[in-house]
Amino acid sequence: MRRHVLRSLVLGVLAPAAIASTAQAQGTLKIAMIEPLSGGAASAGILSQKHFGYFVDKINAAGGVNGQKIEVLFFDNKISPQESLIILKKVIDEGIRYVSQGVGSVVAHAITDAVLKHNERNPGKEVIYLNYAAVDPALTNEKCNFWHFRFDADADMKMEALTNYLAKAKGLKKVYLINQDYSFGKAVAVAARAMLTKKRPDIEIVGDELHPLQKVTDFSPYVAKIKASGADSVITGNWSNDMLLLIKPGKDAGLKVDWYTYYAGTLGSPTAIGRDGVGHVKQVTEWHKNALPEADPDQIAYEKRFTGKEDDFAYWRLKTMFEMLVETMKKAKSNDPVKVAKALEGMKYKTVLGDVEMRADNHQLLQPLFISTMSDKVKYDVERTGLGFVTNGKIEAKDTATPTTCKMDRPK
Amino acid sequence: MLELVIFSTLNGVVYGLLLFMLSSGLTLIFSMMGVLNFAHASMFMLGAYFSYQVGKLVGFWPALVLAPLLVGLIGAGVERYGLRHVHRHGHVPELLFTFGLAYLIEEIVVMGWGRNPIENRVPATLDFPLFTLFTTSYPAYKAFMMAVSIGMFVALYLVLKRTRIGLIIQAALTHPSTVAMLGHNVPQVFMRVFAAGTALAALAGVIGGFALLTTPNMAAALGPIVFVVVVIGGLGSLGGALIASLAIGIMQTFAVALDVSLLDLLRHAGVAIGRESALFELASIKIAQAAPMIPYVLLVLMLIVRPKGLLGTRET
Repeated sequence: MRRHVLRSLVLGVLAPAAIASTAQAQGTLKIAMIEPLSGGAASAGILSQKHFGYFVDKINAAGGVNGQKIEVLFFDNKISPQESLIILKKVIDEGIRYVSQGVGSVVAHAITDAVLKHNERNPGKEVIYLNYAAVDPALTNEKCNFWHFRFDADADMKMEALTNYLAKAKGLKKVYLINQDYSFGKAVAVAARAMLTKKRPDIEIVGDELHPLQKVTDFSPYVAKIKASGADSVITGNWSNDMLLLIKPGKDAGLKVDWYTYYAGTLGSPTAIGRDGVGHVKQVTEWHKNALPEADPDQIAYEKRFTGKEDDFAYWRLKTMFEMLVETMKKAKSNDPVKVAKALEGMKYKTVLGDVEMRADNHQLLQPLFISTMSDKVKYDVERTGLGFVTNGKIEAKDTATPTTCKMDRPK
Repeated sequence: MLELVIFSTLNGVVYGLLLFMLSSGLTLIFSMMGVLNFAHASMFMLGAYFSYQVGKLVGFWPALVLAPLLVGLIGAGVERYGLRHVHRHGHVPELLFTFGLAYLIEEIVVMGWGRNPIENRVPATLDFPLFTLFTTSYPAYKAFMMAVSIGMFVALYLVLKRTRIGLIIQAALTHPSTVAMLGHNVPQVFMRVFAAGTALAALAGVIGGFALLTTPNMAAALGPIVFVVVVIGGLGSLGGALIASLAIGIMQTFAVALDVSLLDLLRHAGVAIGRESALFELASIKIAQAAPMIPYVLLVLMLIVRPKGLLGTRET
């Protein structure tokens, strides 16, 4: 913990705005964000931290919710499930009843199990787990529980959207799958194979690679392999360094493929990919900067507050999450987690992108999804590269639903 | 197939040579002070960031020389005002000192350049395909990387084996007190070797920075493997480091290309493991998936079979 405190101090000196309300006042509604704030995956955690800070300050500026101000406490889990559980224990001991995490499905599995166990054993002290980015489908299927709510489309839903687009794409013959060797990467690979064989039996899957998570420093050998397979398209769920390191050697070797990705639009990837990605790098997301003709007010306000090159407004789903949370709390006239969870279940909400719904059967948010391609002719660019994404297709919320095996026990 | 073999070899050699550039400095420092310099890979990272920053001001070619010099100066400072004082208290404090230094450098880099990768592009003069074989093109900067590291090996070898300076360094490594008795300033020799070692790491960083990716965790990513190279090659042995780096580079590259699992091999041998067997999961791991583990397996084997490494002269 010492290191985290130090880092907070450093961050505090550099960017006081980055740390949300530090008011220790009694009676604030506390949310614990448990994310990597140091180590290899820290860039993802810190981006979330800024988004949390922005939205919470916005809610507080509007008077908070039900007379309470919101306070977010940031905890560094170094992307380790073990550390996360220790932090979770501490958080619960401090009486915090809202927990949020998203970076790393492995961590999400640990947290959702621990939250469920705690809630079963401690009635009256229930904790809600708000997941905004861990997209292993299992979390809303066999491992689902009443206290876990996911605000990002899961890997299967995104793959469904991607393969529906691929089903209509022309000139596609050989597809190569390359993913990270852990629950999420495997889920992407399995979904891609199953859906492609169903929707496009004529497409040949020429490779199905799993590489170590965030450990590869040189992807040239993998690229040589993709090249040798004769693939014309690559599907990957890679994120952060694994995403940007993959594309660079591809460019050097003269690999001419289309990249179908989950995360090519954030965390340094656009910078690393550069102009070579124009027309070839595609992503499936819940939003991108050019999804609407004009920038969203939150995008403008956020980027006015955080002005670094890396500080893009990126998590639309956090906007949805906080808006829905406030809405349910107001509707329930209470900030009590049990009442909020009950109200959140099955909740419908209107956003500027379209209607969204928190599925009652598995607590997965249904929201519109966009397929977009990297372009150098955009109104709003990312990471000040002059490059951005343009929409190829939008899938409405109701069309993104996938079957679920979830069976959850609900509190009486 | 031939295409894959040729390019895997080339990729493996380039990666191996990069590892060598990093480990050559480390192995010298190790044999000199008997301490693993945990901050060595951090110097590699500093080299990458410095060359990016200096390169923005004066262009890539001057930066190729200036960045290693700057980092070499930092290395000299670290030895003179840090390590030399800690040295009196024995090896463990030295180890902790370099360990802490690695953290410190990482945090400084994060403060200075941010946590995301920086846009460290291949310089325009090197950013073209050198040749195209079959359908794969080979980038010129990789050939440049090879040239630099081989040039470095030759130069280092000549200096150590053929010059008076090399003679004194070699002597100071094994018999420091005798060398001091003969009137040489041994602490200064140590400082210079340390500075040269860090400068070499920085040179690797300049080249590796754009070839790989310049991020604050590039040191942590390459650090462990460099230690593996040094131990396998034999402490203090340049030749050993070269052989070990190339072997590891090529082995790792080829392992990635092998989509074969123990299961397949056993099947060929007529042994079938069923899906219900406890060994199924283990046996079905492909060599490609296990590729990053190979250097560490080698390390363990080497320490068991031949603790002094391939060309090492003394036991660890």
